[in-house]
Amino acid sequence: MKTFSFAAAEELNPLIPHTAEIIAGFIAFALLYMVIRSKVTPMFEKAFTARTEAIEGGMAKAEQAQRDAEVALAQYTKQLASAQTEALSIREEARVQGAAILEELRMQAQQDAARITAAASASIESERQQAIVSLRNEVGTLATELASKIVGEALEDQVRQSRIVDRFLEDLEKSR
Amino acid sequence: MGKILAATGEGFNPPGAKDFDLPPFIDGVAFATKPILLLFLSVALISFFFIVSSRKAAVVPSKLQFAGEGVYSFVREGLGREIIGHDFLKFVPYLFTLFTFILVNNFFGIIPLIQFPTMSRVSFPYVLAVITFLVFHYVGVKKQGVIKYIKEIAFMPGVPKPVYILLTPIEIATFFIVRPLTLSLRLFANMFAGHLLLLVFFLGGEHLLMGAIGLKIVSPFAFIIGIALTFFEFMIQILQAYIFTLLTALYIAGALADEH
Repeated sequence: MKTFSFAAAEELNPLIPHTAEIIAGFIAFALLYMVIRSKVTPMFEKAFTARTEAIEGGMAKAEQAQRDAEVALAQYTKQLASAQTEALSIREEARVQGAAILEELRMQAQQDAARITAAASASIESERQQAIVSLRNEVGTLATELASKIVGEALEDQVRQSRIVDRFLEDLEKSR
Repeated sequence: MGKILAATGEGFNPPGAKDFDLPPFIDGVAFATKPILLLFLSVALISFFFIVSSRKAAVVPSKLQFAGEGVYSFVREGLGREIIGHDFLKFVPYLFTLFTFILVNNFFGIIPLIQFPTMSRVSFPYVLAVITFLVFHYVGVKKQGVIKYIKEIAFMPGVPKPVYILLTPIEIATFFIVRPLTLSLRLFANMFAGHLLLLVFFLGGEHLLMGAIGLKIVSPFAFIIGIALTFFEFMIQILQAYIFTLLTALYIAGALADEH
């Protein structure tokens, strides 16, 4: 048995290559290499590149969005601040304006009141004058009539009549 | 195999080199052997799997693409970028072919019904080592020119002159004999020995089963160890494919480097 094994081992040195296998090995490897080189690695590389680009693109997009948002925020803040100051100024102006209007109205009311008062007093005065004139005429006539009746003497003469009445009234006022 | 079964009555005929010498299944056709058939089967399987998995090249990969990409980026990043560095991309197809080719042919050693590691036929590791040998020398010559490249190998810069008496033969032997030889023999010997080990335990277990009652009881242990060794083999198969590719990448990187 042992001799057989040794003989077999000597016959079949496993380190001696076979021609057919060497040729087949080269062909098989070359075949696989060509397939992988032409079909597999370019596709995987394509996927890798696309992925890298997608990630970088996404990141750039996100950064851009963040920048935009920051700009918008700053703008809004500025707008808000300006709106607040504007509101403040408007309020201030309104208050001033309101005060002015109030003042004006009061002035106008006072003026109106004064005017009404003046008109009233003027009309009262005129009425008084009118009353005084008509009263004077009437009193004159009555007094003349009365005096003529008493004295018996006609005082037709206008001038004389008027002088008498005036004297009478002066006396009347003096006595009052 | 037939001889072993026939010899059961007399004694155990241990497995050996003869178990790796499979004759052509068509008489007279030297190419019609199991190892050669397996070799082309591996080419077909690898091509099919990676073409299908890479065909869409989508940004968001499918499960299949993810699996294919996993292997690809393992070679691309771990062996290409890490070791060769700058300009690694043009060597990736070669490294990737090498890795998958060796890996699948090694796996054949434990795949049921196939159960023959193609790389245990020494011719194939020789072929691969010769290709790697040609590739890395070609890269070196192309990068530095023939004279400078050989000079860099033979007279390593930065060494005192008398040392060259010792160093030059060693360096030349390393670059032109030792590297391809160790590369191929490491792969071959691992696959050969691993397969032999499995044969010993499984054929031995089978033989014990047909022996006396005492031997029948021992037989399951042989099978259990055989199964454990199968898992161990699985690890070795991956490791050897990795080492072969890793060393190829290292040799290419060395040839590309400006300083020795």
